[in-house]
Amino acid sequence: MAESPLLEFKNVSKSFYGNNVLNGISFTLNHGEILGLVGENGAGKSTLMRILFGMNVIKETGGYEGEILVDGNLVKFDNPSEALKAGIGMVHQEFSLIPGFTAVENIVLNREPQRKSIISEVFGPRLNTLDRKKMDEISQKSIGTLGVNINKDMLISNMPVGHKQFTEIARELTKKNIKILILDEPTAVLTEKEADTLLKSIKEMAKRGISVIFITHRLQEILSVCDKVLVMRDGVIVRETPADKTTVREITKWMVGREISGISAENNESKIQNKKEIKKIMSVQNLWVDMPGETVRDVTLDIFEGEILGIGGLAGQGKLGIPNGIMGLYEAGGKVFLNEKEISLNNPRLCLDSRLAFVSEDRRGVGLLLDESLEWNITFPAMQIQNKYLKMLLGGFIKWRDEEAIKEVTEKYIKELSIKCTGSQQKAKELSGGNQQKVCLAKAFALEPKVLFVSEPTRGIDVGAKKLVLDALKKFNKESGVTVIMISSELEELRAVCDRIAIVSGGKISGVLPAYTDSEEFGHLMVSNVV
Amino acid sequence: MKKNTIVSFISNNLVPLMFVLICSVAIPLSGFSFSYLLAEIVTRIARNSFLILSLLIPIMAGMGLNFGMTLGAMAGEIGLILVSDWQIWGIPGMILAMIISVPISILLGTISGKIMNLAKGREMITGYIMNYFINGIYQLIVLYAMGVVIPIVHSSILLPRGYGIRNTVSLLAMRQSLDNLLAIRIGTVKIPLFTFIVIALLCLFILWFRKTKLGQDMRAVGQDMEVARASGINVEKTRIISIVISTVLAGFGMIIYLQNMGNLSTYTAHSQIGMFCIAALLVGGASVDKATIGNVFLGVTLFHILFIVAPSAGTKLMGNSMIGEYFRVFVSYAVITFALIMYETKKRKALREVGRSLGLSQTRLSQSKQA
Ligand SMILES: Nc1ncnc2c1ncn2[C@@H]1O[C@H](COP(=O)(O)OP(=O)(O)OP(=O)(O)O)[C@@H](O)[C@H]1O
Ligand SMILES: [Mg+2]
Repeated sequence: MAESPLLEFKNVSKSFYGNNVLNGISFTLNHGEILGLVGENGAGKSTLMRILFGMNVIKETGGYEGEILVDGNLVKFDNPSEALKAGIGMVHQEFSLIPGFTAVENIVLNREPQRKSIISEVFGPRLNTLDRKKMDEISQKSIGTLGVNINKDMLISNMPVGHKQFTEIARELTKKNIKILILDEPTAVLTEKEADTLLKSIKEMAKRGISVIFITHRLQEILSVCDKVLVMRDGVIVRETPADKTTVREITKWMVGREISGISAENNESKIQNKKEIKKIMSVQNLWVDMPGETVRDVTLDIFEGEILGIGGLAGQGKLGIPNGIMGLYEAGGKVFLNEKEISLNNPRLCLDSRLAFVSEDRRGVGLLLDESLEWNITFPAMQIQNKYLKMLLGGFIKWRDEEAIKEVTEKYIKELSIKCTGSQQKAKELSGGNQQKVCLAKAFALEPKVLFVSEPTRGIDVGAKKLVLDALKKFNKESGVTVIMISSELEELRAVCDRIAIVSGGKISGVLPAYTDSEEFGHLMVSNVV
Repeated sequence: MKKNTIVSFISNNLVPLMFVLICSVAIPLSGFSFSYLLAEIVTRIARNSFLILSLLIPIMAGMGLNFGMTLGAMAGEIGLILVSDWQIWGIPGMILAMIISVPISILLGTISGKIMNLAKGREMITGYIMNYFINGIYQLIVLYAMGVVIPIVHSSILLPRGYGIRNTVSLLAMRQSLDNLLAIRIGTVKIPLFTFIVIALLCLFILWFRKTKLGQDMRAVGQDMEVARASGINVEKTRIISIVISTVLAGFGMIIYLQNMGNLSTYTAHSQIGMFCIAALLVGGASVDKATIGNVFLGVTLFHILFIVAPSAGTKLMGNSMIGEYFRVFVSYAVITFALIMYETKKRKALREVGRSLGLSQTRLSQSKQA
């Protein structure tokens, strides 16, 4: 008999409340193989992996049909612990870390090395004391194999996203009998450099015999690490192919069912150029921000009313630190003026009151009230802060929600951003990860702030929808005159959307150029004072 | 930045600071001498600390200020009633009462833990309501079963009708038997050294417990039940264990408390003490999700100072000692209510912030506020 594959899916289907999201999925995974899983937002990738990992949501919503075999044996995991025992580890699209624990405590969570004592001999192993020294060693080693520099004693809640992500992967790696590692969009929150490090360690894992299922929207990554690619569309596998026999273009076509033209900067004309009088809306002077991994040293920058300003630069040079500092998420100093009035730093609330909004790069399930409907999520901030979508009576003494207006605007954004959902009443947690991100954007749009910071707006969005999201951003800027500051690591994306682009290097602005400038010149600026 | 930290220090420690303020006004008003006050405080710290310490472990497990300790207190009382009927006094009596209380505490703690698992996030109010229910059962046992089903020999503790326990049971023969062990005197201040040694041991236990696997699991469960569960920790069981430890300790604590008092108010002692301990812990600066050993001792000291000086300060101020008495009860309830409201608004506010702040994570916000 031939050796059975490590993992086999046979005809697996799943529906949520009558809504079929997976239909007859069959595939196999061999020892030490890296399987790439791609598909549009909402294609069913995460759902498929949740089934394999025995997540509670699956059981609560009526289980699944079909068979899953591990090493040739039929399995049906009722909860994640059972999947763990069978050697399956998963890094989720949303974080599952304990915020008040350090990296070390999270990495060895519930697998802490322990010391026996007389007491524990009598009363059982749960009264063993923790062996902190060994905990440190294990974690350090695991972090080391990932090739990243994370402070193991830092609390998770103080970490930038990338570090959280690596902590979670480090945790999976310390699991002894791990055979299959599921990575659900691990690179979506990483900088390019971090992503490269991760890809390298994925290859290392495969060499050690661990099989990896890797989900991403950056198709290039799939081609560079995977052995095999599975392409999903609307809950079915439309293609299975060896990674070295295909191209990004081909995969894209299978994913969305049509050709996609790349994002191009060709016909982007700058508004700023044509305008006669330009008014400064925001002025940043000597800003520094203490954000781990994205330190801003000395940034001085003027932002004009109504423009889209891009901020680009290499990973770790500080481009992400700028919005995070101005919005008060990390400690910052220097001066920031909005309409000539100084705004206080280090204070998240005040920023919002002065009509600044921020769609953070750290969007995994955060910023959304997952148990609430889309309508509520999208309009609530606007309702709270600006009394929008409310009907007033007795001069505002009595207010109630204008349900019609709420529904209307929600549906408008669902259409504009092509949010895949069953309706405006669906709960946010029932959306796929990429669609949740679109909701975050819609929320910011509905608020109509004076200045909107958007960090990495297309991360985690599938190739087909990227252009859509960028177009929506442009349209929003044009129609409501909101000044947009977009931070992105993809230069082409910035060139396609922005009026001017500022490049950050070594925690400082190394230059601001009109978007139509040659890519090459931006490239020079990016490396000008790299630290 | 500096100004910010002062402001946040004040807002985070509003309750203890308020009490320091009230005490500093009331002490001179009362006219008590320093040595008298000190002697009183030392006695009362010895009397109450063990009980209040029993609250700490469930807080660590994220179950809030746990009214389940009242159940442990009941178990301790049942133990004491039985040993006083058997006429076993002194230290042996205390030890026997403790032994009797343990299985009862474990049983009640398990029941209470199971119920709280059904009402996650609403543990405090659930515990409070559950106490009424269990109190009913306690009364049934003590008022009707004792002397009938459970043999009680000595008529001195029975109601005149022949069954059921009297409103007060005298523990005179046991009074301060623990406190007098190794007691030393400095001037007019008596220090019950052995009781303090017992309390110190409990503190050490709690510190050690935090370092155990079980302690770490409880912290994890307290912070995020779902993540803890996903990592394979048995969340429900861990929560039940934390309650059981708390009730068992509360049973011991109640026996220590009552040996100091020298008599037992059969039907009211436990509910009063539950209220008192929780209020004292809050006065010490604890919150629903965080409490330390330091909070216990600060709280018990401040709260008792107020209790000692309030009646006489009340007399001086209003010419009526009842005002002070009134004030005491009022303050306990007020502190608890205040803390609960603060906690709820904090939670609500955190939720609202999520809605308000685009993409700012909820956890980060509350953290930057704590920091
Ligand atoms: N708990 C749930 N209840 C109802 N519908 C759900 C639930 N979870 C997922 N869905 C639906 O299942 C579909 C597939 O979602 P899934 O999260 O698997 O997509 P995905 O391929 O991971 O997308 P993304 O790239 O955006 O992460 C979506 O249409 C989603 O709305
Ligand atoms: Mg997904």
